[in-house]
Amino acid sequence: MTLLVLVAALGLVAVVAGIGVFVADSMARATFLLLASFVAVAVVLLAFGLTYLGVVVVLMMTIEMMIMVVFMVMLMMNPAGLEPMTMVHNRRGSRVIALGVFAVLAAGALLVPWPTSAPAPTTARGTDLMGPQMLTMAVLGLTLLAAIVGTVALSVSRGPARGGGR
Amino acid sequence: MTEVTLRVVLVAAAALVATGVHGALSQQSIVMIMMGLELVVNGLVLATGGIWWAEGRPGNASVLVVVLVTVMAVEMATGFAVALALYRARRVDLADDAAELAR
Repeated sequence: MTLLVLVAALGLVAVVAGIGVFVADSMARATFLLLASFVAVAVVLLAFGLTYLGVVVVLMMTIEMMIMVVFMVMLMMNPAGLEPMTMVHNRRGSRVIALGVFAVLAAGALLVPWPTSAPAPTTARGTDLMGPQMLTMAVLGLTLLAAIVGTVALSVSRGPARGGGR
Repeated sequence: MTEVTLRVVLVAAAALVATGVHGALSQQSIVMIMMGLELVVNGLVLATGGIWWAEGRPGNASVLVVVLVTVMAVEMATGFAVALALYRARRVDLADDAAELAR
């Protein structure tokens, strides 16, 4: 019961903060609201017993949002939000699509008979990743490597991606 | 009680995904679009954690959360690289101005 109340409250916090991201005028506020949404989800993970992953999400998202703030200041024309403005397009279409997505997903969440099976040990996440789940880890490693190469290739001002740079 | 909790978690996750979709579709700034995409993955993390918990915490299934967190990091790194490349090439930071493929 306590868990249900906790999870429901944190879920509400995550959703309200998520909506606030697109309502807030200030970019800093939007970023920290997104961080609040991530942290609320991470606390749900902690409450479910995913201790390691909950902590990982908090650490990663905090750092990620700090980096995001830098990019916001760099790229947004009005990062401080001192003069409120909305930069949106196709508002009605996206609202309809979003409500449709929510209706379909929530119907699935409420109507599908989710099975519950017997408990199993939660330990040995690391040995899973390095043992039977090695394929997952290998794919993740390749993905990260591709991201590193891709980001460098895209962000250099000269090079093959810019039509030769010799 | 487990079932009720799972359903609450899944509805919250659905709301997060829908909010993210709305943001990604309606915002013009590339940075804000990426925040919408991050919210979608955030909802997936919540749903994955909830299902893992309700299914009796199967041993190695929570590696899915590791995958999702990695997806978030990769998405942000690559997205910002694309945004910077676009800005360097054409001084564009709005999705509406980057419509070469539509022409």
